[in-house]
Amino acid sequence: MYIVDRRLNPGGKSLANRQRFLRRAKALVKRAVRDSSRERSIKDLDAGGEVSIPVDGVREPRFRRSSGGGHRDYVLPGNKDYVEGETIPRPPGGAGGGGSQGSPDGEGEDDFRFALTHEEFVDLFLEDLELPDLAKRKLATTEHVSWRRAGFSVTGSPANLALTRTMRNSLSRRIALRRPRPEAIAALEAEIAELELTGDDPLRLEEAQTEIARLRKRVNAIPWIDPIDLRYRRSEPYPRPVAQAVMFCLMDVSGSMTEHMKDLAKRFFTLLYLFLKRRYKHVEIVFIRHTHQASEVDEETFFYSTETGGTVVSTALEEMRRVVAQRFNPEEWNIYAAQASDGDNTSSDASRTATLLTQEILPACQYFAYLEVGREDDPSPMGFGYRQSDLWRTYDICREAGAQIAMRKVRHRRDIYPVFRELFQKKGAGKAQAASPA
Amino acid sequence: MSAKLASTLDKPAKKGLLFEGADWDFKTIQRIFDAVEEIGVGELGLSVYPNQIEVITAEQMLDAYSSIGMPLFYKHWSFGKHFAAHESSYRKGMRGLAYEIVINSNPCISYIMEENTATMQTLVIAHAAFGHNHFFKNNYLFQQWTDADGILDYLEFAKTYISECEERYGHGPVEQLLDAAHALMSQAVHRYPRKMHPDLRSEELRERERRLYEEQMYNDLWRTVPTKEPTQVDGADLSRRRSLLQLPQENLLYFMEKSAPRLAPWQRECLRIVRQIAQYFYPQGQTKVMNEGCATFVHYKIMTRLHETGQLSDGDMLEFLRSHTNVVYQPNYNEPHYSGINPYALGFAMMCDIERICTDPTDEDREWFPEIAGKGDAMAVLRDIWANYRDESFILQFLSPHLMRNLKLFHVIDDDEDPELAVEAIHDERGYRRVRRALARQYDVAWLDPDIQIVDVDLAGDRRLILHHNVLNRIVLDETDARRSLQHLADLWGYDVLMKEIDPESGAILKEHTASARRRFT
Repeated sequence: MYIVDRRLNPGGKSLANRQRFLRRAKALVKRAVRDSSRERSIKDLDAGGEVSIPVDGVREPRFRRSSGGGHRDYVLPGNKDYVEGETIPRPPGGAGGGGSQGSPDGEGEDDFRFALTHEEFVDLFLEDLELPDLAKRKLATTEHVSWRRAGFSVTGSPANLALTRTMRNSLSRRIALRRPRPEAIAALEAEIAELELTGDDPLRLEEAQTEIARLRKRVNAIPWIDPIDLRYRRSEPYPRPVAQAVMFCLMDVSGSMTEHMKDLAKRFFTLLYLFLKRRYKHVEIVFIRHTHQASEVDEETFFYSTETGGTVVSTALEEMRRVVAQRFNPEEWNIYAAQASDGDNTSSDASRTATLLTQEILPACQYFAYLEVGREDDPSPMGFGYRQSDLWRTYDICREAGAQIAMRKVRHRRDIYPVFRELFQKKGAGKAQAASPA
Repeated sequence: MSAKLASTLDKPAKKGLLFEGADWDFKTIQRIFDAVEEIGVGELGLSVYPNQIEVITAEQMLDAYSSIGMPLFYKHWSFGKHFAAHESSYRKGMRGLAYEIVINSNPCISYIMEENTATMQTLVIAHAAFGHNHFFKNNYLFQQWTDADGILDYLEFAKTYISECEERYGHGPVEQLLDAAHALMSQAVHRYPRKMHPDLRSEELRERERRLYEEQMYNDLWRTVPTKEPTQVDGADLSRRRSLLQLPQENLLYFMEKSAPRLAPWQRECLRIVRQIAQYFYPQGQTKVMNEGCATFVHYKIMTRLHETGQLSDGDMLEFLRSHTNVVYQPNYNEPHYSGINPYALGFAMMCDIERICTDPTDEDREWFPEIAGKGDAMAVLRDIWANYRDESFILQFLSPHLMRNLKLFHVIDDDEDPELAVEAIHDERGYRRVRRALARQYDVAWLDPDIQIVDVDLAGDRRLILHHNVLNRIVLDETDARRSLQHLADLWGYDVLMKEIDPESGAILKEHTASARRRFT
């Protein structure tokens, strides 16, 4: 009997099967992922989890008998009171005598449920999306030094000893210098022992003894491993570009912003964060909130603390400019900014906002998105004839003057994801598209 | 009672406990195995393949599940689907994992899970490494249809071959081919051993004997007897064609592999792989009750014996009994848990019943089973049964009236032409044989899988393939699945396919399905 411990074998043997399955059911899974994202709270969106797809798309057909009709026999255990010849009213649902024809593999059910990992979920969720304006300018990079293997060297630390290479050198040196092999010495020793025992060929004995002395001397002179054999694995440094991004979240927190609006904004920010995180190794977030004055805050304060005051948008832009100048050199960082507001702005602030945006913010930014959140129950149509908000008009003028700014209006939670997709669709996403509201 | 209990406990020489507590290590496993082997081989007289026991994690158990229990298998999305389903229900705690998986190979590989307690490992080793192993090695179906020595090598070959095909011809075509092959997999077994083609030497020998015989029997008179002019028979051409194509043929994949006109050689080889694997699993479907019954009976015997000899503590015995009774529980038909007859319960009950008949028969048993009643050596009888029966014949032969009364079996007929269900027979003197026949019938291969045969090909015309489904009890095929499977068959064949569902009693055609090839494999 053998016992084999397989526990340390690499797991995930069926990973390839799983990938094939996901590829096969891709369209269905994608739809399921989108649907489930609508129901989930934004916090859980990142977590992966269970989705269900219609079983029809992944059915494995085979020839089998149908479950209804015909003449069927059942042999059942547990008879208590039936006697032969008795009749039983047909139970509702057709299956006779309680003999339920359990469908194998759960097929026959409408849905096939299974769990997706976090990576799979996010990949499918954000598929076909692309960061805009990557080509607009050179990717800001910082040079990081990392190490890579580069052949062998004759010096190094013992930890880096290249054993195979060293032994190969040692072997070839021993062969080249004709170091006597241990077997040859052993054979000679055996012969000497034999000769000493019998003592019938003293001439040969003497010859053998000189020979073995010579061999031993040679063995001592030629070492098994010489320092010249040693080889070490060599590594050399090389500069590696690391792309890093910072995301600015700007939000109006004045009294006119309701909880609902904040929630919409939060969803949008979360999506953007998820998306950036997938593309960049390091993503930093800066939260800037403003009323008539702006300040950089932490996330908790940003979303949940209330503040009263007027609405001066330029203060937030000014704050952002300050933070950029202080901490995020546009040469080194990819800067993304998203602004959420209900559109209110003090009318006297419009020109200052426009100047700040076009002169200072946009040149530094990779991408600037403006999201106008509205009340859910707002009855007025958003289309033609709708009165544009102050901020929208301000930004619209900038955009028409050629500024790269993406603008959308959102009123309902379910619109967030479509709007987000629209903003980041693979083709022509960089150009701010027609500002028609979603 | 107490005296009897005391005597059984005193008789065997007391041995030390194999282990204490739930923890185990490899030395414990070795000790357990040796003790189990001593009883299994020494006392029960089992004959097993050499054992290989592999310790795996729950994750790896899930992996093994999804590739129908085999340690290595080719890649296909359906296994990923099964894995996802198992994983999701396992994570939610909806279902536990099996304690073991055992593979019919030589050496016989049993997987045991690291989470099991020492008691459970003992149970699993007794159950899988001796019970199932003995059955695999000795049952005639397995001997006839499976090659335990070669299966792992063959799977290795299959896996490599199919992944090479994927590299060379792309994932898409291979996946489509395997989809089609899997759809026909249950119709891809030879149910009867084929005629062995004699080799040249024996052919020559036979020829010589025949000539000798003719020479001996030669009589010149025969030459003068007038014979009829050979008449041309209309059906000759048809029957010649059918015999050339080996029609009728119920092994659909075999027919496709050998005769489909448009398949490339690698596609034929892939079909062959799927077919071989289906054939390898063919005996398992026919011996579920016996196989599980044998393994459960063996583990019960061994565990009891270990306890009697003092190698298993009382507490561990209770733990074993708890999972044992869970396994052999048979709910009644009207209880909510009921989902058919539990093969473990039926098999185990029948094995115990046979043991009872051998050692302590009643008059009824003597009348029903004269050849085994009171024979004494129950293990010899059981070993013989395990070797020579399959579920259908086993139940038909050995289900005793005593057990039918215990299980309170009754036979109900559900006919869509009758307004009500009818109780055909119950567990009484008049009904024993009928109940038993009806139950055995349900384990018959012909009952389990629909009887589908390729009957003809219009070779001279449009090459349409014609299949018959011989309908049993007027139960036709499931419409959607039949259509999809037939579509796969048509794709493989490359031309149109027609399937008629025929009621063999009246000869009436109940339903017809057709499918046209989508030219996927050309």
